[in-house]
Amino acid sequence: MKGPLAKTAILLVGMYVFLKFILPLFTAPLPASLIFLYLALTFASAMIFYTMSGGGLDEFMGPVGRFLTGSGQAGIAGTARILVFILFPLLVGWQAYTRLAPSDMPPAENRTIHPAPPGEFVGLANPYPRTQENIMMGKGLYAAFCSPCHGANFDGKGPAAVGFNPPPANFSDPGTIAQLQESYLFWRIKKGGVGLPVEAMPWKSAMPRWEVELPDEWIWKIIMGEYDGAGQSPRTWEEEE
Amino acid sequence: MQNHGIIQRLKSLVPTVKPSSLLGWSVFWGLVLLPALVWAQDAATQAMSVEYRDIPGLGSRNVVWVVAQQHLLLAGFVLGVPIFAWVCEIVGWKTKEARYDKLAKEFTKLLTSAYATTALFGGILLFLLIGLYPKLMAYLSDIFFPSFIVYCLLFLLETVTLYLYWYGWDAMQGNKKTFHLFLGFLLNVFALGIMIVPNAWATFQASPVVVAEGTAIDRAWAATWNPTWWPVNIHRLIANVVLGGFICGAYAGIRYLLAASQEEREHYDWMGYVGNFIGVFGMLPLPFAGYWLMREIYQYNQQMGITLMGGFLAWLFILQAMLIGVLFLGANYYFWMGITYRIPGSERGYRRPILAMLIVLMVCLGVWMTPHSLVASLEEARKMGGTHHPLLGVFGVMSAKMTVSNLMILVTFMSFIMYWRAGKQETAGWAKIAKSVMGALLVLAGIAVIVLGVWGYFVPAIIRINYFSVAQVLIVLFIMLTFTPLTAILMKSAKTTTEMVWGQMPIRAGYALVSNAVMVILLMSLMGYARSSSRVHWHIYGVMRDTSDYAYSPALGYAAAFMSLNTFVFCLLVAFIFWVATMGDKGKKTPDRKQPEPADIPAGVTPAMAGGSPREQD
Repeated sequence: MKGPLAKTAILLVGMYVFLKFILPLFTAPLPASLIFLYLALTFASAMIFYTMSGGGLDEFMGPVGRFLTGSGQAGIAGTARILVFILFPLLVGWQAYTRLAPSDMPPAENRTIHPAPPGEFVGLANPYPRTQENIMMGKGLYAAFCSPCHGANFDGKGPAAVGFNPPPANFSDPGTIAQLQESYLFWRIKKGGVGLPVEAMPWKSAMPRWEVELPDEWIWKIIMGEYDGAGQSPRTWEEEE
Repeated sequence: MQNHGIIQRLKSLVPTVKPSSLLGWSVFWGLVLLPALVWAQDAATQAMSVEYRDIPGLGSRNVVWVVAQQHLLLAGFVLGVPIFAWVCEIVGWKTKEARYDKLAKEFTKLLTSAYATTALFGGILLFLLIGLYPKLMAYLSDIFFPSFIVYCLLFLLETVTLYLYWYGWDAMQGNKKTFHLFLGFLLNVFALGIMIVPNAWATFQASPVVVAEGTAIDRAWAATWNPTWWPVNIHRLIANVVLGGFICGAYAGIRYLLAASQEEREHYDWMGYVGNFIGVFGMLPLPFAGYWLMREIYQYNQQMGITLMGGFLAWLFILQAMLIGVLFLGANYYFWMGITYRIPGSERGYRRPILAMLIVLMVCLGVWMTPHSLVASLEEARKMGGTHHPLLGVFGVMSAKMTVSNLMILVTFMSFIMYWRAGKQETAGWAKIAKSVMGALLVLAGIAVIVLGVWGYFVPAIIRINYFSVAQVLIVLFIMLTFTPLTAILMKSAKTTTEMVWGQMPIRAGYALVSNAVMVILLMSLMGYARSSSRVHWHIYGVMRDTSDYAYSPALGYAAAFMSLNTFVFCLLVAFIFWVATMGDKGKKTPDRKQPEPADIPAGVTPAMAGGSPREQD
């Protein structure tokens, strides 16, 4: 297999095999949307590289042109060309059918994970000082109320976590609470999943509405304990002294 | 009968006046119509209480959306082109190269018709806003009236300066050139004023500062100096340069595709290069300005920041990454094709570095476009344990995005440096050392940017935002600010090994230039929607609520359709402006001028427009 077009095809197949089959050996499988994105970028790279010069363009597009026009496509090549012309529309039709056919699978979603908090929760500061005593109290409350789902190690792997989809948040991940201000956590803990705004539909949070059980003081201290236990810092606009 | 009785009684009130006299009839009808004054007063009161009007079928918001976006894009063009033209004029004046002066003049010519079209859309927008949003406009007028006066004055000054600058071009050559350059400077100063005054109105809506006490000027000034005013001013100023540069490139690209002679091809090839160059150089600092703006928004209001970057508008930033990525790729592709086609024989030597740069750009773009929350089916989400991928989820946060955007800027800058050096041999004795130092610095800079990016995951957000991100930006700026003069000095004494050949670029180079311009327009439409939608259901954030039927954020697909429509309409408008502005040139062509024959094209050179014959196109 020679020529830019063949090399591109090999590159795409290799990339697909890597993303679809090899990478999941080490981590979770990638969703189809991400695989498609990376394949599109790979194809764009090959297109850019091979079409930078006139010779490269001819080598890249030449086989495509010859195939479409049938120039020099005799014998097996000619038969293969006709087969492709028959099979390709069938493939497109099958794709269209599978996309449109009724299915019991819900569609892929792009739910808003971090909806904006209501105005009354914006800019609230933790009213309790960050003392060792308060942190320890927060950790104790966390162990009692939060750890069954969010885990004793703050990693979202509590004993009850397996029953939830999506799973409880992993606080040790720098992409979760480290990106948020304490007031945001206060809102989410206090109002829970049912307190999420319309933009967060479909509401997929089993978080209880803790305001009915916990006083504000406990919630603020749990937040303190969460950050300390997960080894993260809340997002602030002032540097700590 | 009762009415008749009233009229008779009214007539009896004016017994001394003969009914036939004019005065008598006037008094009579005046008294008859007296209640109408009350009705009129009622109507006026009613009109004052109207908060919204609608345009049936189209929707007031949709109409204002399109008109405002067109006005803004045209304004960006009208404010960007003078910067572009003035810079070109200065370069032409300093280097004594007439082609720069010609280029500057060619684009200033477009300004007169573009300026009128921009003002026309501004007028339409104003009438629509007054008519459709009277309550909001009354409030804004109350706060900003002093700045309305300033805006009008600036508009007058800009108009006068523009006329003098354009119509005085030929008359102010030679000794008067410096005065003409001064006029160009003034033109840009007034243009900057024209941009920043309305920016105050728009940014006030997003981050209002309302002062109840003080004079009208005090209140206007406080409202003007709101937290996002200067970040938006800087961001728009740079973006206007980018828009001006890439539209110049697109114009050159189309003219190149239509060129009928080698001379024209050479000219428009060169013009495309200049447009792309200015567009790219404007684009390099643009992400920094955007980052500063977002930082200010976050600091001003966490709710608005989250709505933009983490909430329902977050997907716009994935689209933004894609558009910026295509823009970076388009600009680099054009540079690389320039090396291949304009510097014959250089293709082989630069193939590997280009491949390396392409891979870095693509990997960076892949990271930039990876969302934090992935689009996944239920089954896929179950396998991943949520919508965050345990490995690739780390690409979704700002630390990764900042790192890759800085690397892409660095690569694009190096692409330009490579193009600059291509076909030249340094002769300075210290050239080897300088190149080694530059190479080492580049590698160190790349490593430092990546290290800071990775480290950013392990420090509090404020440390990352205030120090690490700033350090990344400073590192890239340091490279740009040291490499540019160093390369300039090296190139001054360098000998040319291969002469640059203009007019040999393939037709896809022209399309790349057009694509870059379209991407910039799409980007401006996209971010215009993001800026406006971040206010959600507020006309003035936290101060005046939107209580109209349109007090909801349109779905992203609906918004994307409007962005495309706006881009398409703007492209049509610009094409019309170009067509009108160049109509005179076609008329000026003397009948006895030798029309280019197909034989004028050097042997082996394919006409730029495939299938087009120069004779037909002429």
